Amino acid sequence: MSSEKPTMIEFKDVHKYYGDYHALRGINATIKAGEFFSLLGPSGCGKTTLLRTIAGFEGISSGVVLIDGKDVAGIRPNHRPTNMVFQSYAIFPHLTVEQNVGFGLRKDPRSKEDKARAVDEALAMVGLAGYGKRAAHALSGGQRQRVALARALILKPKVLLLDEPLSALDKKLRENMQVELIKLQRQVGITFILVTHDQEEALVMSDRIAVMFEGQIAQLDSPEALYRLPKTRAVANFIGTMNFLPAKILSEAGGIAEIEAAGLGRMALNVEKQVTGAVSPGGATVGFRPETATLLFDTQEATDRESMATVEEVVYYGDMTYYDVKLDGTAEPMRVSMRNVFGRPVLDIGTRTRVGWSPGALVLFR
Amino acid sequence: MKIPTLRIYTIAYLIFLYTPIVILPIFAFNNSTAVAFPLQGFTTEWFYNIAHDDVLFRALQNSLIVSSISSVLSATLGTFAARASTRYKFPGSGPLMGLIMLPMVLPDMITAMALLVVLLSIGIKLSLVTIILGHVLICTPFSVAILTSAFQSLDKSLEEAACDLGEGPVSTFMLVILPLVMPGIISALLISFTISLDEFIVTNFLGSGEPLLSTFIYGQLRFPKYVPNIMALGTVLVGVSIILLTLAEFFRRRGIAKTGSKDTGGFL
Ligand SMILES: Nc1ncnc2c1ncn2[C@@H]1O[C@H](COP(=O)(O)OP(=O)(O)OP(=O)(O)O)[C@@H](O)[C@H]1O
Ligand SMILES: [Mg+2]
Repeated sequence: MSSEKPTMIEFKDVHKYYGDYHALRGINATIKAGEFFSLLGPSGCGKTTLLRTIAGFEGISSGVVLIDGKDVAGIRPNHRPTNMVFQSYAIFPHLTVEQNVGFGLRKDPRSKEDKARAVDEALAMVGLAGYGKRAAHALSGGQRQRVALARALILKPKVLLLDEPLSALDKKLRENMQVELIKLQRQVGITFILVTHDQEEALVMSDRIAVMFEGQIAQLDSPEALYRLPKTRAVANFIGTMNFLPAKILSEAGGIAEIEAAGLGRMALNVEKQVTGAVSPGGATVGFRPETATLLFDTQEATDRESMATVEEVVYYGDMTYYDVKLDGTAEPMRVSMRNVFGRPVLDIGTRTRVGWSPGALVLFR
Repeated sequence: MKIPTLRIYTIAYLIFLYTPIVILPIFAFNNSTAVAFPLQGFTTEWFYNIAHDDVLFRALQNSLIVSSISSVLSATLGTFAARASTRYKFPGSGPLMGLIMLPMVLPDMITAMALLVVLLSIGIKLSLVTIILGHVLICTPFSVAILTSAFQSLDKSLEEAACDLGEGPVSTFMLVILPLVMPGIISALLISFTISLDEFIVTNFLGSGEPLLSTFIYGQLRFPKYVPNIMALGTVLVGVSIILLTLAEFFRRRGIAKTGSKDTGGFL
């Protein structure tokens, strides 16, 4: 759906050094206009650095950053069509809420009344109508975040940059704000670029996600594609959980790969949809998500294939039970998640059980 | 029974510290030139004397000029230095800050003599200007110390936010940084003013004979008959100091209340 949109930001082989430290190692990516884009990765992988190169707070050591087709090298943040919501919100503590929101309008040629109206509209948009006269420092975390949003959006930037805007909020509020941010982005149609280390947040909110490790983009895809067909085991593990088993490719022809995996046996996989990654020296691996396998109870029929296993660990979550089971002929336990259904017992550790699985849900890492 | 050693010590300490200051107003109103008990009766003669002393008036005027200019200069220089040392890392910034702070620990005698030698050798006439020069040198480290902590507690992203919202470096400084470090600047001004006002050594070395409060008081103390006048003058100075400090603390607390920042303790 986003393929026909024009490009808003383009990175061409961007490198950034902090002294000797190579923080960005050849970033190539395009971000489309009106897209909700996330930079996802573990702490220290360079997400904030990359975001700040867009805002103009960090220069780059080599490469090109284009915003709306223009090379922005040497352009200061105050002359870029971007605005930022800082992780600490950076609300000016000596000003009122409306002075904060109207801060960027100082050089705006509009009349005082028009500006005041714009401030009121921006406050209403983030659900803070009537808060204008309050002292900014007396606001709660969630309210500060809204003020920061209003302050940035009032300038109608081409790109809104958000550096972990929700990480300081508690879980409930964070989930509410996620939904509100998505709605807000649809409403204003501005390109949002969100930095987060929370994979769930990225999956929920984004049109596309760039997963970063150690200064590089490991994979850039839609949430669904990232979850279903991760390019590397590292990505697979960072987004959700994946079980891995050693495997051997027996043959590959006509878009079908014949493989044999420990504990699962022989099967045929669709190369285009299920085989991924560069050839790794340690040999191939198959992976499956915990929810794609099921424990089969009593006489229940397998939907596709089944293997025997022993229950090693049981983690009961109320609506779900996570089982760690060891498939016969394998060394490491696999995680299988089961939705709890009324009347079905929770298995004990040590129980022998059948595990139902389906070759179509597997991913092969070459 | 346990002897409250610490409490006794504290009380003794406070008595030792403040008795002289309490004695000051007592003898300022005592009707005798001798500073001794028993008290001889009430008089406001000494206050009348100092109010009509032309030399004292000139000394006061000079002191106010010198201290005002010195404190403004040192707070300004302190702002620049503190800003530079907290925000920018440049080669040699460490040693440079050390050199700026050195006069704080260097004996004033040394500073004063060195300055005197230099000034005389390049042929600059001693005047209030040379005194101001010396005072700025002595006060600036204190300003830097106070302002460095003010600048350090400033969140860097506030500046970046201002820049992100379209302001250049100068307007960012005026609109965001300055208001937020204002309590620190007021503290620096006040401390510098106080240090400059009672600074004696540099004033004495670098002065041209024009009276300033500190040198004037020192001169008067040598004549017993003027001692009660000095007592009266001291009383006035103590009163003014208390008012000034109270005002400064008021503004500092108001600043803290206005920005909602944590109270990290002023000097009161
Ligand atoms: N100003 C700087 N000087 C030197 N090194 C820096 C600087 N800023 C960041 N780095 C380093 O660059 C790397 C990437 O930092 P960055 O802040 O982009 O990480 P991040 O992905 O945002 O991590 P986090 O999730 O912890 O915020 C880190 O190893 C960090 O130590
Ligand atoms: Mg970061």
